[in-house]
Amino acid sequence: MPWSKHPNWVSQVSLLRPGRGLGTGICLIAVFVSALSCIGQIAPLPPAPPPPTPRFVVVLDAAHGGDDTGAHLDSGQLEKSANLILNVRMRSLLAARGFQVLTTRETDASVDLDRRAELANHARAIACLSLHASESGSGVHLFASSLAPTQPSRFTPWKTAQAAWETRSLALAGAMNSALIQAGLNVTLGRIPLPGIESMTCPAIAVELGPIRDSDGVITTESDNPDYQAKVAVALAAALLEWRSDPSRTEARQP
Amino acid sequence: MIPRYQKILFAILLIASLGMGFKLWQLRDRAHKRLLVGETTAPTQAPEVAPAEQATLVAANDTDNSLVPQIHSLPLPADPGARARAILGKLLDLYAAPDATHPVPGGTGSVAQVFLMTAPDAKGSDHTGSQLAVVDFTGTFAASHPSGLETESLTVLSICATLRANMPSVTEVRFLVDGQLRPTLAGHADLTRTYLTSDITPSEGTRQ
Repeated sequence: MPWSKHPNWVSQVSLLRPGRGLGTGICLIAVFVSALSCIGQIAPLPPAPPPPTPRFVVVLDAAHGGDDTGAHLDSGQLEKSANLILNVRMRSLLAARGFQVLTTRETDASVDLDRRAELANHARAIACLSLHASESGSGVHLFASSLAPTQPSRFTPWKTAQAAWETRSLALAGAMNSALIQAGLNVTLGRIPLPGIESMTCPAIAVELGPIRDSDGVITTESDNPDYQAKVAVALAAALLEWRSDPSRTEARQP
Repeated sequence: MIPRYQKILFAILLIASLGMGFKLWQLRDRAHKRLLVGETTAPTQAPEVAPAEQATLVAANDTDNSLVPQIHSLPLPADPGARARAILGKLLDLYAAPDATHPVPGGTGSVAQVFLMTAPDAKGSDHTGSQLAVVDFTGTFAASHPSGLETESLTVLSICATLRANMPSVTEVRFLVDGQLRPTLAGHADLTRTYLTSDITPSEGTRQ
């Protein structure tokens, strides 16, 4: 409707007559209010805000740090440093893919296992990855906690909080296993006691990079090799993308 | 002229020298006789050893993260604690071999002692008489163990599985290093917890 043809506007203009004092003032106010009302009705409504994009948080936990050096890798590098480098690679890749990334440490700092779990639990993440490197074994080792899966409950013991998430953690390990195999990497899966991860309330996996060996068991690529790390990081990011896009895996963020 | 006191001193020193020479000759003679006696009583028979028995060693493999049972024959003492120590010593000998599938230096001397006692918490146990095994590693073994999630976990789990395979009454296992509680074996495997042997089953590899 055109602004000048609005019925309220017409009726208020007809009341404007000079010399009526108070009445005129009231009329002017009424006209002003009416005009504002008309503008409100005629002006196009602002576009409705888009529905909030769901947050997909991934927690990256570079294991060790500070006085806790972790393994001494064959290349001479300490495990804590190799973990931090992989942490940075993965953070960049995941941020570029629209994930919100939370890291338990960004520097060579000592962070308590309980503190790492607290950070992960507050983030309500769709995946929590603990990053490790080793000079033993071969290929990438994926570990889920060995806790027996339990039904979610209102109050969860701190030491075994992961039990309610165990099924999802195993599904996440499966997704990562597929992505790493597609990338041409050797993978071993396992379930072991994992003190830090067992307190996390998110699908949680420990990823340990071992060296790549040939058929005779001779090391061909060290676990902290930059190309190897990049390949693993890309494969894990792809796995997390797949994990994010599957609603059945992400619908229940809280048990 | 030589003073009198010097003559007396000389005589005393001479007598002392002769006395000491005589004593030395006596001691030498006695040692020689003792040596001859020792030769005649040298053992001519080998000491009696425990009879060889079959034991199941659940050996770890780093390549595929597996625990595979193997049957070995070895002399086993009758005392349960010494028996457990001998079995674990043999398992660690396998790991110390050059072509080991789970290379860990140390060998049989890495287990200082195995203590067997009644399990404090037998709740959920299938049978009464459950035992807790406390395995005491040497500090040298812990210091030289390779560091890593997989390798440390396999060592701990293979020890638990081996104890269960040979001593079914052992339902719980705890670990010490040089008699002291220690947070981890070499930075990863948790040594503060009690491991339930029923949770650990030998497995084929999961390598993909």
